[in-house]
Parts: sequence; C-alpha cells; structure tokens
Amino acid sequence: MKTTILQKPASFYDEFTQKGGAQLANTHYCPGCGHGILHKLIAEAVSDFGIQDKTVLISPVGCSVFAYYYFDVGNIQAAHGRAPAVATGYKRSNPESIVISYQGDGDLAAIGANEILQAANRGEQMTVFFVNNAIYGMTGGQMAPTTLIGQKSTTTPRGRTMQNEGYPLRMAEIIATLEAPVYVERVMMTDPKNIARTRKAVRKALKIQMEKKGFSFVEVLSGCPTGLKMTPVNTKNWITDVLSKYFEPGVKKDESEDREPIITLHPDPHFEEYHELLDIRSLSDKVKGVKLSAVKEMVDEIKIAGFGGQGVLSLGYALANIAMGHNYKVSWLPSYGPEMRGGTANCSVKISDKRISSPMIDNPTVLVAMNKPSLQKFVDDVQPGGVILYDSGLIDEAPKRNDVTVIGIPATAEADKLGSTKAANMVMLGAYAKIRGYLSNDYVKQALPLIIKNKSFHKLNEDAFKRGMELVKNS
Amino acid sequence: MAIINRVLIHVDDCKGCGLCIDACPVNVLDFSDGLNSMGYRPAHYIGEGCTGCGTCFYTCPEPRAITVVRNVEGLAKDHCPHCNATVKVFPGNRDESKTFCVECLKPVNK
Ligand SMILES: Cc1ncc(C[n+]2csc(CCOP(=O)(O)OP(=O)(O)O)c2C)c(N)n1
Ligand code: SF4
Ligand code: SF4
Repeated sequence: MKTTILQKPASFYDEFTQKGGAQLANTHYCPGCGHGILHKLIAEAVSDFGIQDKTVLISPVGCSVFAYYYFDVGNIQAAHGRAPAVATGYKRSNPESIVISYQGDGDLAAIGANEILQAANRGEQMTVFFVNNAIYGMTGGQMAPTTLIGQKSTTTPRGRTMQNEGYPLRMAEIIATLEAPVYVERVMMTDPKNIARTRKAVRKALKIQMEKKGFSFVEVLSGCPTGLKMTPVNTKNWITDVLSKYFEPGVKKDESEDREPIITLHPDPHFEEYHELLDIRSLSDKVKGVKLSAVKEMVDEIKIAGFGGQGVLSLGYALANIAMGHNYKVSWLPSYGPEMRGGTANCSVKISDKRISSPMIDNPTVLVAMNKPSLQKFVDDVQPGGVILYDSGLIDEAPKRNDVTVIGIPATAEADKLGSTKAANMVMLGAYAKIRGYLSNDYVKQALPLIIKNKSFHKLNEDAFKRGMELVKNS
Repeated sequence: MAIINRVLIHVDDCKGCGLCIDACPVNVLDFSDGLNSMGYRPAHYIGEGCTGCGTCFYTCPEPRAITVVRNVEGLAKDHCPHCNATVKVFPGNRDESKTFCVECLKPVNK
C-alpha cells in the first residue's frame, strides 16, 4: 500500500506570522470553533485544485476577521457585511481570479443582508461560505438573525421570541428563491459523515466558479462553543439535535449541470464609450497645445473652507482636476457635515507626485479661508512653513501665526468688482497658482470652462483667476 | 504484515477541544494526562489501532494539530537531531525537501 499523509494543507502559511505572539502555528479561534474546520476544508480544496495563486479570500468582520493570517492566498478584509461587494469589484476587474466571500451570520444575515441578496441576484461569479453558528461570536454571544426561537443570548436573556425579534432567517432558502444563483446548499460540520458532505460542498462550490458558471452559496452550520456556552462536543450535538431541525441541511438549488460558462470580458469593450456618454473624459484629452513642465516632487495638502455657497467645494474640485491634468496624483474630499448649515463648508485637496494613500488632511500646507469661522477653525492646524490665504475683505483680523506665510486677498470684493461675488473662489485659485507656481496659465485658461461649465461664468472666472494672481504680486 | 498507520498530534497546537476523540470511529484517541504549553489538555494517540481513516484530521479545527500517516512503513528514515535517533520522517507539502520527524514532529533538516 502506498504511503499517504493527511497534513496541514499547503494553502495555509507555514507559520502565521501576522498573528504574532508565541503560538505561530495555531489559530486565534477558541477550542472547538467551526471556523477552523471550514478553513481547513477550504485550504485543502484550494491546494488540491491548484488555484492558490489566483484565489482571493475576502474576510469579514466577526471572529474570522483574521482569516488572512492563515490563508496563503490573496486576501482582502472587508467592512462589516460588505464582503460580497468587495468580491464583486475584485472579480469583475479580475475575471480569471477565484473569489471567496467568507462570512458569519451576523455579517451576512444582519448588517450585510442586502449586500448578499444583491450579489446573489446579480449572479456574481463568486463562492460564498456562510458560517451559521446561531450567534455573534466575536462580540460576545449576542443574538444573530439565525438565533433560534427560545435560544438565550446576551441580548435575548429570556430567549428569542417571535413577537420581539421575529423568526430566524433561513438564508440558504432565501438565496435559493433567486433566479441567478447556480448552487445553494446547507451542510453541517458535526459528525464525520456531515463533515465529509461539507467538504464535498466546499469543493463543488469552488469548481462551479472555476468553470465560470456563476454564484454559489454554501451555508455551514458551525459550532461556536464560546458563544453558546457549551463544550465543543455538546455544541456539535446541539447542532445535530436542535439547530439542524430548523435549518435543514440539503441542496436547496443546483443548476450546475445545466449552466453554460459565463465569459466576462475585461476590460469592458465599451469602456471608452461610457466616458464619452457621461462626459467624464479627463481634461488632458480636451486641453490642447499646452506644454506642461515636468512633475516636481511635492506633497501639497490644501484645506479650503468657507460658507456654503462661496464655491469652496468647486474651488477644490477645479484645483484637483487642473493638478491632475498636470500629471500629479490628486484627491478631493468634500466635507458635507452638519456644518453645511450655518457653519463652515470645507474640502481637502491633496496634490502629490506620488500616490496618495489617504485623502484626509489634519495639518494643511495651505489653508484657504473664505470667512472668519473657517479661519478660526483651521488656523492652528496649518503646518509651520505653510501658507494661509484669507479673504481680507471679509475677515477683519489677520491670523496670528508668525511661523507661516499669511496673505490677505480681498477675494470677494475683487470678484464683486469683476461682476459677481460668486467668482471669489477663482480669485483664490489664482492666488494659489501664483504662490505655488507649478500650474500653467494657458492650461488653466482652457481647463476652467471645461470644469465649471456654466457659460455665464467663463469670462468672469478667467478674469477672476488673473486678478488673484495679480493680487499676490501686489501684496 | 499488518499496515501500520499513525495519527501524530502536535501537542502544543492542540487546544484540547476533544472533537477528534469524540469522532474517532475506533476510539484510539484520548486526552493526555498532562497539559501543554497553552494550558490545554491535548489529545493523544493510545498507540495502536489507527486505521488511517482521517476522520480526526477533518474534525480538528487546528491547521497543524493532527497529521495522519497511512502506512508508516513506507516512509524514509533519517536522523532526528531533536530525538537524537534514527526515525521515520515525512515530507512537508509546501516544500518537499523539508522533512519532519514522526516522533516529535519537528523539522529534521535545517
Ligand atoms: C459596522 C460595524 N458594526 C458592528 C460591529 C461590531 N461587530 C463585530 S463582529 C460582529 C458580529 C459578528 O458575528 P458573526 O458574523 O456571526 O461572526 P462570528 O464572530 O460569530 O464568527 C459585530 C456586530 C463592527 N465591527 N462594525
Ligand atoms: S467566539 Fe465562537 S466563532 Fe468566535 S472563535 Fe470562539 S468559538 Fe469561534
Ligand atoms: S480536534 Fe484538534 S484541537 Fe481538538 S483535541 Fe483533537 S487535536 Fe486537539
């Protein structure tokens, strides 16, 4: 007889170094936790099918949030309940990948219930493993949508009632009513026979994706001894004797034999057309005949703040677009807080030669303050050596900082002279351009009407921009 | 000659959940007397009777706690520096050139 060895699947890392601590070979799961069993079955299938290099596992929020510690595949950790959306995006842009959405019952059936329904209904080409352990494990045993009637949890201390919390959701049955899904089965990880069935279902669901047939969903009744406050063996028995009576195991839908492969073309051959239709071609396609200087090394973090209606957001938007047209990386983050009413509106613009990891700005290098409350709010945040541009016509008191360059620009008053106070933001844009000196005037002239399309502003904005530049010269 | 199969338990990776002990169809697994480095009472093989069915492997939630070897006789031998003896060794599956001692489960070659 041949010698065979059943050992840790090769799709697990040798050591779980991301986990840290002294125990680098075992998991963070509690003794007897079903997540570990399912992990092993998935890892084994991924290795056996030779898909380790193209598999991407989306881990959820819940105890399996750290699934990426263990699986030596591509990993993304999604926000609570959003794994199917992340999986959709990844799969659509990488149609050759194998995408697994791994989710618990709080994640999938509560906060993410709509997400999974929509993804299933669209027939996304992904494999979903849904761990139903009838409880929220990670947060300490609260009621899940799958908690049984009468079952006690920390949020249903007398037991779940239909009147108060409704009936437990049978997700496999719900998903199976949809047209698009190819294969839906519920299995349970209890005795050896049922674990073997689970293993078969895991493999089948992955095979369906490998054959490009569409969406498959495997609900796995799984033990959470900690949340259920039972020993691992008793938990297993409870699943067999109680849980599986409400959540009946079995194939709920299987059209895998009848479905043809769905071939997704990537990139979408109509991609360019959409740009045309939506008129979202980049400025650089439209601005003609301008010679731009080389991109220089910089990170400019600009905070623009004022009253709603002062064009604060469109100033940031125009600046970000123009800088992008100059081949810089940019981000534009408008803030629509409650402060839109009465207080200040603001936006953050980052401009850099390098990729930008976060659009947030705590300490701006440039503050453009269009009114007094905005100046007061942000004046102390500006980096030493930075610049403050403030509307000196509206703000009677110059900011008191001697470690930054402070320039007063009577933007609103000047714009008013040119025809409308609405162009105050473009006066500020001109002032910024003058101070920083890396934007081409010819480019801005062509770009502004493409960004702010209202024809009645074209001439005004051009004049206002010029005026802003002059005001810096004169100050 | 009877086929010898072995279930190898990585003592310090076992969390003593008892699922394998409950699942083993021929009852050849039991709890150890002592505790492991995590303070759990690990499972252990009573020493004979393993049929190599793999039930415990698929029941165990821990990736590395259980290894099942069907037909130990077929394995090569090597010197294990940890046991300081010539022992049966089995190849890993991520890097076949790495082999592990059947007695102590530690890597044999450096
Ligand atoms: C947006 C958001 N809301 C709530 C939480 C808190 N939270 C963390 S895990 C969890 C429930 C997890 O339960 P389940 O999906 O059943 O996974 P399990 O831990 O049982 O595996 C909740 C509500 C969060 N992290 N993020
Ligand atoms: S709390 Fe429950 S689901 Fe979470 S690791 Fe422990 S047993 Fe597993
Ligand atoms: S199933 Fe695994 S973790 Fe649990 S007692 Fe057996 S070897 Fe230990």
